[in-house]
Amino acid sequence: MIYSLVGYYSLILGLIIGLSLFYFSYKNFNNSNVLDTKILSFTFLQLFFVVISFLCLIFSFVISDFSNVTVFNNSHTTKPLFYKISGTWGNHEGSLLLWLLVLTLFIFIFLVRTKNQPVKYKILTLVFQQIIIVGFFLFLIKTSNPFNYIFPIPTEGLGLNPILQDPALAIHPPILYLGYVGSSIIFSSVLAATSLKIISTSWASHIKKWILISWIFLTLGILLGSIWAYYELGWGGFWFWDPVENVSLMPWLALTTLLHCILVLEKKSILTSWVIILSIATFTLSMCGTFLVRSGILNSVHTFANDPERGLFILVFLFILIFLSILIFFFFHKDNNRKSYSFFWLSKETSILINNWFMMYFLSVVLIGTVYPIFLDVISSQKISVGPPFYHKLIIPFLIPFLLMMAIGPKLKWIKSQLEDKVYLISFLIISILLAFLILKNFNQNILINTILISSALYLFFITLRDFFVKKYKNISQNIAHFGFSLLILSILFNNIFASEIITNLKVGETFENSKTKIVFESVDQKKEKNYNAIIANFSISNLNGEEDRFSPELRIYNQPIIATSEADIKTTLMSDKFIVINLVQNQDFFNVRYQVKPFMLWIWLSVILISFAGIISFLQKRL
Amino acid sequence: MKFFKFFLIVIILFPLSSVNSEGNDKRNEITKNLRCLICQGQSVYDSDSEFANSLKIVVDKKLQEGLSEDQIYEYFKTKYGEWILYDPGLNKNTYILWLLPILIFLIGGAIIYKSFIVKK
Amino acid sequence: MKNKILPFSVIIIFGIIFFIFYKGLEDSKIYTPDVNTKKEIPLFNTKEFFSGENVNSSSIFELDKVYLLNIWSSWCVPCRQEHPLLMNLNLENKLNIIGMNYKDNLKNAENFLKELGNPYKEIFIDLDGTIAIEWGAYGVPESFLIYNNEIIKKYIGPLNQESIDEINLFIK
Repeated sequence: MIYSLVGYYSLILGLIIGLSLFYFSYKNFNNSNVLDTKILSFTFLQLFFVVISFLCLIFSFVISDFSNVTVFNNSHTTKPLFYKISGTWGNHEGSLLLWLLVLTLFIFIFLVRTKNQPVKYKILTLVFQQIIIVGFFLFLIKTSNPFNYIFPIPTEGLGLNPILQDPALAIHPPILYLGYVGSSIIFSSVLAATSLKIISTSWASHIKKWILISWIFLTLGILLGSIWAYYELGWGGFWFWDPVENVSLMPWLALTTLLHCILVLEKKSILTSWVIILSIATFTLSMCGTFLVRSGILNSVHTFANDPERGLFILVFLFILIFLSILIFFFFHKDNNRKSYSFFWLSKETSILINNWFMMYFLSVVLIGTVYPIFLDVISSQKISVGPPFYHKLIIPFLIPFLLMMAIGPKLKWIKSQLEDKVYLISFLIISILLAFLILKNFNQNILINTILISSALYLFFITLRDFFVKKYKNISQNIAHFGFSLLILSILFNNIFASEIITNLKVGETFENSKTKIVFESVDQKKEKNYNAIIANFSISNLNGEEDRFSPELRIYNQPIIATSEADIKTTLMSDKFIVINLVQNQDFFNVRYQVKPFMLWIWLSVILISFAGIISFLQKRL
Repeated sequence: MKFFKFFLIVIILFPLSSVNSEGNDKRNEITKNLRCLICQGQSVYDSDSEFANSLKIVVDKKLQEGLSEDQIYEYFKTKYGEWILYDPGLNKNTYILWLLPILIFLIGGAIIYKSFIVKK
Repeated sequence: MKNKILPFSVIIIFGIIFFIFYKGLEDSKIYTPDVNTKKEIPLFNTKEFFSGENVNSSSIFELDKVYLLNIWSSWCVPCRQEHPLLMNLNLENKLNIIGMNYKDNLKNAENFLKELGNPYKEIFIDLDGTIAIEWGAYGVPESFLIYNNEIIKKYIGPLNQESIDEINLFIK
């Protein structure tokens, strides 16, 4: 009760501080050359109140205060403490409070850590960030207050959807939001810098750190979401091209592009317009993603409580920000050094431009694929679905030149370059093609496209691997990232091509056998836990080499809310994952059994971790 | 030129090599491209709803009857509308969907070529 | 002049996008197949519910008669809800109500009919749900209004008074 009260009024205070900051900024902007200490302390105070509010919500969840509607809807007394806490941000209201927390946290750190930049720039960045913050305060208080009361007070809550009770998902939202919402600071900063016309090499190296932070967290956040889908949704896949996944991928693509582009700006003070557009696009895409997911305009597996009023609010707010950025861009930004733009065709600049070109293409595929059904429905009332085949068809062919460019691009020098040492570049290509052919020669499905894909990924793999030994620590972060990417693509390809699967119906005691695998359905047990009852099926599965594994997938029936889920049993080894899941069939006494062997599964996760690790190294290097 | 012809023949012939795969694989491939009407975010392959389970049986039956992949898609399209297909074919509804990304790619390339690169 | 065209066109494009998103917010995104197009009824073989004998669809549906095909199951809760409406419809007797028992246990289904009455002129079995798919159905209950071997209208979910009125109107 008391927590809700404190939490709510902290939000109101935070909003008032946000409004007062506009006033202080206005005063400070015109009169002084140093940053007013009031601004700093008020920004801190705002962060403080949001933290208080957030803690209040967490406490309400921990003590199961069901007078709070959010707690009532999303928690239950029998839930483990860990999931009570993670339940705080597992719902619409709480996750928006987390948004606010990240927004205020980032602007505070930004003001404290930014040195050597004009005061006016800092103040203006604060103003733009406060526009976003105030917007979200209003949104939260008006349409999604996490501290609403319910009376009479229920004795028990409705519980958290069991598929959300997973360790990866518990930390997924905070990590993802640090990336997702963290891009707001890039947005505010670029608008401030554009208005003051201070976009330059020094601004580029200053903002690069922030781009890296967002990028690292976004990468890890997407990874966690993917791991969750793999373990919890029980389908054995890790990426479904579901709209919710797509909207997290879009800012990532924009951010990755920006990360490459800022390198050029940092060196040569060109491509300014493009950097501005990308910075604006990144946060706009994050916001757009929030709109698409929270408004219910798309239907996807991951459902949030949908409410058209919320959708309308975010939509209007999003477009206010878009139009504001368009105005600032066209009004203040004058690109007058067009003449000095030309690059030699074989140079680092060109290769980065080509990277940008492909990344923008991938982004447009994902964006158009995601929103096109909405457009078609509104314009002609035709309903279609855009799914994995669309994305695969448009992305995979373009991946081939992209991978080759990733291998060669970093070898080029600025301004004008020549490819020396062509011998090893060509011989590596031949080796890659031969190797890919050898790997695939026993597989007759789509051999041509797969061979080409694997050879180009292998090429990148070998070239970057060689650079670890030849170049040592020079450009180490870039090299690790590209190496990680080649590993990722290779793992995904092998995972797809060499996966095998058995789907069959079995009763207890029955055996399934084919030329390679023998599945024995041994017994069924029952288990009672605090928050669910489970049927455990015991299998023993052996393969040709006589290796035998025991599996115990479960069917769980959660009590709060009453939802049946199937828990896959997964055995992870270095080279492959074995994945088994069972399901009941209506009115039948057998179980539907699905057994999959998925090679290189672990490597998909590892390579993404490697990619974000590269980001961390780059971030730390800048500090030194 | 001869090489080019050879290349073309390889491309035309190569889909044939993928025909002799196991029946189960074919079924999985098809159901992955069908969207489940019960849990609307999932494919029929991924879903375990009653509807999806029956649909898998129907796909098996149709395959046994000797229908091709495209015929099966067409069959479900007439039953449930275009929505059920995850792979929207190229038609008047989807020209923009398929061609706009390609167009963006071409325009992007043209811009880069025109404004930045000097050939020497 | 050229400098002005670009900002304006960008603003107009985003304006259109805004408008489309705004419009898109209005309607539900849950997909339901079209219910109004006329289609030929499918052909199929199956078993009769009580006798267990093989039946062919062509022997069930005759030309020039109006049928209501109702997909039901004893485990489906909304079916219980719509059942009294079907019983009433049956009393008027101009309409032949055909039942399709969907993925059911025979015993349970028989008890269901004993308890709530049997409105069906004939019932056939769809044990694995494949016949329902031939009909373009995807859940229980669903009902099809049939005339001259053509599906006139499809009702997804339980029938209500409104749909009953519509059916009655059609019979007259």
